[in-house]
Amino acid sequence: MKPTIVLEAHDLAIAAALIGLDGLISLVFGLGLHRQLAVAAIRMVLQLLLIGVILTRVFALASPPVTLLVVLVMVAIGGREVAVRPEQRLVNWGNYQVGLASVAFATGITSILALTTALRPDPWYEARYAIPLAGIVLGNVLNAASLALDALLASVVREKAAIEAQLCLGATARQAMGGLLRAAMRRGLLPVINSMSASGIVTLPGIMTGQILAGIDPMEAVKYQILLMFLLSGGAGLSAVAVVFLAARRLTDARHRLRLDRLTETGSARGA
Amino acid sequence: MTPPRLRIANMRSRLAGPFDLDLAAGECIAITGASGSGKSLFLRQIADLDPGEGEVFLDGTARSATPAPGWRKQVAYVAAESGWWLDMVAPHFPDLPAARAMAPALGLKPELFGGHVLRLSTGEKQRLALLRTLLPNPPVLLLDEPTGALDEASQAMVETILAARLAAGRSILLVTHDPGQALRLGQRHFAMVAGRLVAP
Repeated sequence: MKPTIVLEAHDLAIAAALIGLDGLISLVFGLGLHRQLAVAAIRMVLQLLLIGVILTRVFALASPPVTLLVVLVMVAIGGREVAVRPEQRLVNWGNYQVGLASVAFATGITSILALTTALRPDPWYEARYAIPLAGIVLGNVLNAASLALDALLASVVREKAAIEAQLCLGATARQAMGGLLRAAMRRGLLPVINSMSASGIVTLPGIMTGQILAGIDPMEAVKYQILLMFLLSGGAGLSAVAVVFLAARRLTDARHRLRLDRLTETGSARGA
Repeated sequence: MTPPRLRIANMRSRLAGPFDLDLAAGECIAITGASGSGKSLFLRQIADLDPGEGEVFLDGTARSATPAPGWRKQVAYVAAESGWWLDMVAPHFPDLPAARAMAPALGLKPELFGGHVLRLSTGEKQRLALLRTLLPNPPVLLLDEPTGALDEASQAMVETILAARLAAGRSILLVTHDPGQALRLGQRHFAMVAGRLVAP
């Protein structure tokens, strides 16, 4: 389908002037952000152009192995994002393994469910549907997983005395950490609940706005958005649960010990 | 021949040991030593809170043959810094009437149980944590500076209770910085030097 209004290069150039305005604000108020702003804007344009080229090629190829490869690369990048956000790291690349496993699990189940039941393109793994869907699910899944993981790792360090006091009274590791596991899962799920409550009132979701701008009937766009919100909340729940249980398993052992020796601190909060 | 209440056999970790020690029923062994010498690590490892090598036996039964939660109920470690996992004091005590009944013997007001953990003083927390562990009457107590934050009167009350437990056949490994307490409670005495137990 052709979008109703086709954007030309000079249309984008006019919008780019707004980035120039941001730069000016940074200079006038001495925010020191103009360099970062320029780099981020250039990165954004290059990355999106690149993904545009790649998607065009992949859609044209219509090859399942290539589609799978693209999705796997996206999942790997998502897993890495989950791993590097917390200040505490599980040793032996534990954050990466836990992040990757939970992101792959949640994105896989949610995307395949949507493709085989609600959307049903023919074939169900058609790149034009599978890749964008996996992408948007992945974005939410990695957000939920990284918040939950960060919350869990920070809380076990902070609550070491409380966890071990319970262990010393004969609690199992699961009992001693139960409250912290629940708090971490809750932390992962809050954003998706907030965004569901705010949808359509506080914000028009990005996908829906994009579809409406591209000329789709608003009701159709809304139905898609509802489907997406359900998928995103499902994915967020799965990934929060997975990341919390996988990380908790590494933080304890068969003798019901709290294994903080398996955590290292990165020392520096992650930059942009 | 009956086995000792607690037998520590070649217990060691990366940071401390090896340790070999027998603790009889009704016996208290006091351990003193500089900060960082490994006293807490020693107690923690007996309670199976830190990974390591070697074996510990309770009345002849190997620790490795006992599920860890069950082991820790019998060989009960009380850390120098108490831990609390809920806001209120009362829910930390499964048997609240028994806790209230025992509190005065440790110089604790029964009203404390109705309050918030945040309101407790360090000394109150320390005695409540000890109380929590003493209530089920475990055969072995691993006590890490149990009177470190207490005034003399409270310290005397704690020592009286511990002496009564010893008289009733319970055993104690006591880490203390107070040589007087080591003499008052301990039948035997060791010093921890660089992760090894030596005669004082």
